[in-house]
Amino acid sequence: MERSVNSHRAHRNHATYWAFVLHRVSGVVLALFLPVHFYMLSMSITDAARFDTFIGWTDMPLVKFAEAGLVVLLALHLTGGLRLLALEFLPWRDWQKSAVALGSGLSLIIGLVYLLYGA
Amino acid sequence: MVDTLEVSVWRGGENGEFKTYTVPARESQTVLDIVTYIQRRLDPSLSYRFACRVGVCGSCAMTVNGKARWTCRTHARLVVEDGKLEIGPLRNFPVVKDLATDMREFFDKWAKAQGNFKPTTTRHEEFATVKPSDKKRKQATAAIECIGCGVCYSSCDVVAWNKDYLGPAALNRAWTLINDVRDNGNDERLKAVAGDAGCHACHSTQMCQERCPKHLSPTASIAGLKRATASALLKGKL
Amino acid sequence: MSTPANVKADTRRWLIQRASAMVLTVAVIVHLGVIIMATQNGLSASEIVGRIQGNVGWMVFYIIFVVAAALHAPIGLRTVFREATDLQGRLPGFISGCVGVILLIMGLQAILRLYGV
Repeated sequence: MERSVNSHRAHRNHATYWAFVLHRVSGVVLALFLPVHFYMLSMSITDAARFDTFIGWTDMPLVKFAEAGLVVLLALHLTGGLRLLALEFLPWRDWQKSAVALGSGLSLIIGLVYLLYGA
Repeated sequence: MVDTLEVSVWRGGENGEFKTYTVPARESQTVLDIVTYIQRRLDPSLSYRFACRVGVCGSCAMTVNGKARWTCRTHARLVVEDGKLEIGPLRNFPVVKDLATDMREFFDKWAKAQGNFKPTTTRHEEFATVKPSDKKRKQATAAIECIGCGVCYSSCDVVAWNKDYLGPAALNRAWTLINDVRDNGNDERLKAVAGDAGCHACHSTQMCQERCPKHLSPTASIAGLKRATASALLKGKL
Repeated sequence: MSTPANVKADTRRWLIQRASAMVLTVAVIVHLGVIIMATQNGLSASEIVGRIQGNVGWMVFYIIFVVAAALHAPIGLRTVFREATDLQGRLPGFISGCVGVILLIMGLQAILRLYGV
């Protein structure tokens, strides 16, 4: 029988735990995305016609939204990673939780900037 | 009419179950008081550990509403939800019976991380002089108050996912010795704490720091071990 | 259980992971900044591609970028395999290594084609 029926959420409901989850998920998604990104770049040279079709495809709102999502994941992974680098290499400070908040905020901003101006 | 609490307590071994007891709700009681009441007045077959009852020994650590805590230092009123309380044995430890867990692996890992002092001098030499303001001593002092209660080990997800992981307490203790200038065993100790079963498995989720009743930070100690082992690798000493 | 030989490899992996992370931090910020600025200035994708041909400086930048990513991603994936799946022994490292090689080849191919070598 389950050891603790009501409390799986409770013991993990902590900012730095979620930072870890997001860092892991964003990392895996980015690892899957990169080959696609490289493939499209290659195609842009070798097969211009196909690339134009692809680029037309990227003008669709859904694709733009997915692209922005990827940028958010990238920013999340980056800022989460910076938090880890600071934690591992700099003298210990108690601002880790604030760093998580700052990182998430910055990531969202970067994603929004991309969505509004870059996509 | 005395208010009552509905307390679910884990009974049995690994394949046990929660049993509910009705306990009087007093103005001032700790979770340990509640467990003691159950064992003395309601069900003498309940097994649990305690010793000092005042928050210095760490023996009474249990899982209270999902979180690992010292039950003698947990005021019931602060954790009761809707008149209910759930008490179980510490997570990540095999259950012996009810609320008592098998702590052997926890202490075996302490030994594997070489969390024991290796002397360099004898009684015939002068005392070592170590300034409290010395950087290494400060780092050791920040981590030295661990009493081996197991709360951090119980709260660590990596311990749950990686059976070989030495865990926050063992690594934290190793860090205090790495910083002890009187100690002689660091070459071997660094080898013992490095690797996927050691400090490199830590993902800095900081659950250990969050739950430590002595407000220690194993995450910081483990970060120090990461730096120390990398340094040793680059110097060819690992 | 880690043997002493694995301990060195594990430590080396940690070091490479952190070093590549630092390189990627700079590279990603530069990359995002450049792309956002270029598209904000009204350049279409095909125009961007047309402009960068033959630029050795940017080519070197992106080669470093791809190599760092091809080192960083596999080490992370290996950990995820080991903790979140039942894969044992050398399999997580092998699969992740393959992903790294794929990233390296595809990335370098894209760069060499784009920068007109």
